[in-house]
Amino acid sequence: MVQISTDAKLFEDLEAVLGDRARSGDFELGLYGKDGSVLQGKPAIVCLPLDTEEVRQIVSICRAHDRPFLARGSGTGLAGGAVPVGDPVIIATAKMNKILEVDLDDRIAWVEPGVLNLDLSKELSPLGFHFAPDPSSQQVCSIGGNVANNSGGPHCLAYGVTSAHVVAIEVVLPDGNLALLGDLTAEPRGYDLRGLFVGSEGTMGVATKVAVRLTPNPPAVRTLLLDFADVRDGAATVSAIIAAGLIPAALEMMDKRAIEIVEAFVNAGYPTEADAVLLVELDGLPGGVEHGVDVVRTVAARHEVGNIRVAADNAERELLWKGRKNAFGAVARIKPDYYLHDTVVPRGKLVEVLEKVYNIADAYDLIAVNVFHAGDGNLHPILAYDSNEPGVLERVHAAGRAIVTASIEAGGVLSGEHGIGLEKRDYMGMLFSAHDMATQDLIREAFDPQGFANPLKVLPSGSRCSDSFHQHVPEGAWV
Amino acid sequence: MSPEEQVSPELSEFASQIGRSGPVTVVGGRTQWEVGGLPDSEAREIFAPSGVWSHEPEEMTVRCGAGTSLLELSEQLAKHRQMVPLDMDPKATVGGVLAVGRSGIRRLRYGHVRDLVLQIRHVDHEGKLVTSGGPTVKNVSGYDLCRLLVGSLGKFGCIGEVILRCLPVPETTRWLSGTDDPFEVYSKLYRPSSILWNGEQVWVCLEGVASDVDAEASLLGFEEVNGPPVLPAGRRISIQPKSLKELVVNDTNWVAEIGVGIVHTDTAETDWQVPEPSRSLMLDLEHRLDPTGRLNPGRQVVEG
Repeated sequence: MVQISTDAKLFEDLEAVLGDRARSGDFELGLYGKDGSVLQGKPAIVCLPLDTEEVRQIVSICRAHDRPFLARGSGTGLAGGAVPVGDPVIIATAKMNKILEVDLDDRIAWVEPGVLNLDLSKELSPLGFHFAPDPSSQQVCSIGGNVANNSGGPHCLAYGVTSAHVVAIEVVLPDGNLALLGDLTAEPRGYDLRGLFVGSEGTMGVATKVAVRLTPNPPAVRTLLLDFADVRDGAATVSAIIAAGLIPAALEMMDKRAIEIVEAFVNAGYPTEADAVLLVELDGLPGGVEHGVDVVRTVAARHEVGNIRVAADNAERELLWKGRKNAFGAVARIKPDYYLHDTVVPRGKLVEVLEKVYNIADAYDLIAVNVFHAGDGNLHPILAYDSNEPGVLERVHAAGRAIVTASIEAGGVLSGEHGIGLEKRDYMGMLFSAHDMATQDLIREAFDPQGFANPLKVLPSGSRCSDSFHQHVPEGAWV
Repeated sequence: MSPEEQVSPELSEFASQIGRSGPVTVVGGRTQWEVGGLPDSEAREIFAPSGVWSHEPEEMTVRCGAGTSLLELSEQLAKHRQMVPLDMDPKATVGGVLAVGRSGIRRLRYGHVRDLVLQIRHVDHEGKLVTSGGPTVKNVSGYDLCRLLVGSLGKFGCIGEVILRCLPVPETTRWLSGTDDPFEVYSKLYRPSSILWNGEQVWVCLEGVASDVDAEASLLGFEEVNGPPVLPAGRRISIQPKSLKELVVNDTNWVAEIGVGIVHTDTAETDWQVPEPSRSLMLDLEHRLDPTGRLNPGRQVVEG
């Protein structure tokens, strides 16, 4: 069991700074104990700061009371990165949600971490720009969370993940000091601490302001839906498109079960008789886009494509994307719960690993649904289940581990865009040697020697012998 | 397969040359040798392994020894009409370009060199191999040490092997030149590859399919030129892109990268220190990753 120490003096100190924005109580336990994963922690105190100075004070108070802390965005993370273990004070950034400055001369915007991803792009759109990373959760996920996880999204195939779109970060370090990592100049002096911080899942401090790069909106966009009678032809088309020298803005795949579920949910006219569909988006200048459409048509024709539907207008384009972006929610139509996986394999191994995923799901008596970023080999198998079935979670976890193993065996990695968090922490040894992990921990330790910032995440226990915080063991976290 | 099982003999040899003691410095193509100061003269010179070890066109990734020259890399990739837009002296090595961490003149379109790196294997101060990142085009497994190693001048470890992301070679590349306001030129174009300016003349690089390049070129009414101007080789100044509008350089010979914020010039760099607490953090990282200071001693990324 996790020890809950609702230290009355700690809460009193936090309340003195935050008033009713420092909270504890049963209501908060439910809200802040979970994220988008199937893990569950037990939060004791939640803080809702308004600005950098309040974050700095919260961290300092936590330090004075020898208590860890955990910064949390919208809680849409899928690897348990925001699930509290080791009894941290939760710093929720939801009220730090202002777009502070949009600078079109430098093509950057300074935003607070609680700004929602889609809100930022909506604000920028009339100016002709957007923030390129677009996770499927973009309506609700926050920029701070994107920074913590180095988030991706369908359009990262052409534009790159969050790290390429973050210029500078103001950070409250675990010792309570304020640092600016990176700056707005072309080549900031010193080592790239900004690049190290992005994707560090809150274990190196709390981001309080982020300077993001603005990407110009493309003058032309074309969205195509290709259907295939055999999923293998769809996957072969993915590799062939890339090999033909074309990098689409997005290249997404859905398998038969995903198509059926999504179509029943959004009525986008997805071909339910198909074995797989590819959603391909091309953007840029008109000539390149039309050239891309021709390449996709030619390549797909060589791989037994069925119909090719080209969205006639923006409304049809949005409808096609609505199907893709709501796929995870639509899974609720077949089972009340799902466990969403995230691994990356070489594009050429997509078919091989997909077949293994189906076999693994069958072996553990689970339903696998596949909706994924095929263009960069980023698989997202969904295991649908009903948590009321006795023993089902053990099967879900065992199947998850088997999927990760199959991906690594195929030359892949642990996570493409969801992060390691708590969920994959103990899988790190599949990809990295003990010395690799010890080196990573040595670097993390420079920021946070005692492990106060989001304890027990990313690296497995005992990555370094001297770790003091590993005495906390997150037993009972798996629900 | 675990990382230990994939170590090539060349990489093992590199690690054993670095060994566990004594000052060492890794030599690349010596094209940016003076950046960060010269290494101490007693440091043993080591050369990273060279060779393009695998190029998978469908994956758009290439694995090579850090000692591979940009010329060799680009020739190998060109066979499949691919490239890694590092844009430095062809004699430079891949490891050298990454260790220095400066981008080439098409950064406006292709981004910083660090965003092209997928995996780095380096040899640490104990002579041990460390792998960070991963072989796939997308990966968030573990801390992003690759970002930290790019621009580290080998102070954290000696880069031995890298996996880079490739891009298709554009169908058409055109360099144009004229005398319009460079900031207006920038606002007219959608993702140009480069805009250079020397205070009087503007050079623009447009890349893509021919019809797009021609259409964008027609917006400018510039003259066709063979390529970029010769860049002043002395120094480079890094500023905010918008500060280029008020640029004052006490030198007639300079070329600025519009939209990026780099100025190539012969004048001395302005003194500018890393602010605290970042500076202390950086020095702490140096001490942790190389307690005896044996890796590339004499070079400085941050003022000690």
